[in-house]
Amino acid sequence: MKTIQVYDPPLCCATGVCGTGIDPDLVNLSTLLTRLSKHGIAVERYNLGQRPMAFAENSVVKALLEQAGKSALPLILVDGKVQVQGRYPNAEERSAMVREALGNKAEALS
Amino acid sequence: MKLASYQPDPATTTRFLFFTGKGGVGKTSLSCAIALKLAEAGKRVLLVSTDPASNLDEVLETALTSTPTAVAGAPGLQAININPVAAAAAYRERLIGPMRGVLPESALQSMEEQLSGSCTVEIAAFDEFSGLIGDTAMTKDYDHVIFDTAPTGHTLRLMSLAKAWDQFLAKNTSGTSCLGPLAGLEKQRGIYEATVKILADTSATTLVLVSRPQRAALREAERTSKELRALGMNNQCLVINGIFTTTCADDVITQAMQQRGLSALSSSAEFIRSLPTFAVPLRSINILGIGGLRLLLGGGIEVAPGARAQPKDRWTPPEMESLEALVATIERQGHGVIMTMGKGGVGKTTVAAAIAVMLARRGHQVHLSTTDPAAHVAQTLAGQVQGLTLSKIDPAIETATYQADVMREQGPAMDEAGRALLEEDLRSPCTEEIAVFRAFAREVGRGSNRFVVLDTAPTGHTLLLLDASESYQRELERQARTTQPEEVLRLLERLRDPVFTHILLITLPEATPVHEAAALQEDLRRAHIEPFAWVINASLLNSGSCDPLLQRREETEHRYLREVVEKHATRTAWLPWQPEEPVGPDALARLASTSLQSALR
Repeated sequence: MKTIQVYDPPLCCATGVCGTGIDPDLVNLSTLLTRLSKHGIAVERYNLGQRPMAFAENSVVKALLEQAGKSALPLILVDGKVQVQGRYPNAEERSAMVREALGNKAEALS
Repeated sequence: MKLASYQPDPATTTRFLFFTGKGGVGKTSLSCAIALKLAEAGKRVLLVSTDPASNLDEVLETALTSTPTAVAGAPGLQAININPVAAAAAYRERLIGPMRGVLPESALQSMEEQLSGSCTVEIAAFDEFSGLIGDTAMTKDYDHVIFDTAPTGHTLRLMSLAKAWDQFLAKNTSGTSCLGPLAGLEKQRGIYEATVKILADTSATTLVLVSRPQRAALREAERTSKELRALGMNNQCLVINGIFTTTCADDVITQAMQQRGLSALSSSAEFIRSLPTFAVPLRSINILGIGGLRLLLGGGIEVAPGARAQPKDRWTPPEMESLEALVATIERQGHGVIMTMGKGGVGKTTVAAAIAVMLARRGHQVHLSTTDPAAHVAQTLAGQVQGLTLSKIDPAIETATYQADVMREQGPAMDEAGRALLEEDLRSPCTEEIAVFRAFAREVGRGSNRFVVLDTAPTGHTLLLLDASESYQRELERQARTTQPEEVLRLLERLRDPVFTHILLITLPEATPVHEAAALQEDLRRAHIEPFAWVINASLLNSGSCDPLLQRREETEHRYLREVVEKHATRTAWLPWQPEEPVGPDALARLASTSLQSALR
């Protein structure tokens, strides 16, 4: 089974609406994750403002943080491998994530 | 109108008591006096303050903390001060502390920034507050828990949050609820539910609306009464604090003072009759210490009626200017922002309105705006002046506008599920803070080509707002990708510019308002904002009253006038107590042009 892990910068909420500006890519990723999890993909999401320990426990994430600082976030891993770093995936990258995660079942999501 | 004196019977007093009212009406003194009375009747009492600008320490003459502390000289009475800013700091430390040395410094910093927002402050305070109501284990050792709540806007938000969030928790299905930075809030759910239930239980909870015999304060009490009834708090009573009955009949100002109180009461007669209403007489001294608190509700007479004070040596007041003299300096720039700040109830709205009228009459374009949720600017300025425009920052309207703006700007780039999620998160309580903040920045931004006079919210809320602007600024710098309105980006820079922004600290010549304004000045200086001048409002100096109670109050003023001029202010304006509430442009202009010298005549 595929696993998607999202390491968010400190956010008030999943859409970032409580921050000072809204990133549509962030909102669209949030909804995509909800749908993917309904298709049996394991989705884990960690917010630095709420679950800092999760960042310290993942060696890949911790190393990137030490290297690039907070600009490494957000960080999206698929099966432990870095997919997108420093920003939320755009429409194209989201489609790629869907294909990667669901393979030939990707049609079901479109 | 004959009102019974406020003498609650310890045998029938509910377990929870909440004091609410416009700032400066005496919530702290009254809640302390009741707590003392119950303790002296043998009850175990916990007194709680959730006001960021609490002066409970000063009234009880005991240093309080966030854990219950016994009050010296009052067996059975304990008090606790929930400072929301400190509660947020403690919460922040709980999260960040264990990460030191584990995560890199820049990650810790960005946590710190996110957790410095106003949401965290609001949520951390609310969390502690509801623990004291909804968590039976925390208060099992007390017969009574008495809340000396914050000035009204803040109180309302704390209380309505209990219900709003409860509904929010029940409705939110996305599992990514925007409940602010409090992780694991769901675990607290039982406590929140219990809190909402207790607030609505008339056998457990009494809401004590506190007012002065003043129109604005009574209107505010009526508004709060309706609002909290709608939220289910139906066991309410009204206490009118500071009823003045003179003992001397031959003095115009004293008679006017008594008359002004009576006419305010009769203008709210319908409201007063609609619920149990009690009176507390005006006292000649500041209520401080256990002895002072006993006196507040005791029936004792402090000054024998008719007894004239001995003629004193003539006291020479320190140098003080008229409001007009300050305005003459401010107007040189031709535009900019003027903010009146201070404890609730000291007359920020009146001073702001008087300045606006004066500037407009001198031929300037002026905009008068308020961020005070309990605003009554429109009522105070019940007349039109050429060149003067009015507006009000209404949190509900600002929030709705902000939600609509975000959906219009961001909606098209999202799919349907994304829009639904965004809409859900926009219903969260944090949205209001952001919306109000943007509105505040917008009003300040208007000052680049005219004068903008802002009558800001009571001290605590204003502080949160300014603090928000500080961390907001850092957040903006971090998120270079966001498109922010120019006026938001420039807010702090503008507030710090002494040519662009003039801040007036308003106070009454009494202990608590002066000390709170001095504390506010310190906070502003920490944020690199320097107040322009102080304004001492409603002074009885040289009133020439023959009433012994007023004479004693006038004498008490001397040390505070001197303290402001000599210790705190670079410039000080002085405003006399007004026999009539200054309503309308003429009365406001008259007030602004009164000088201490002209009042002496």
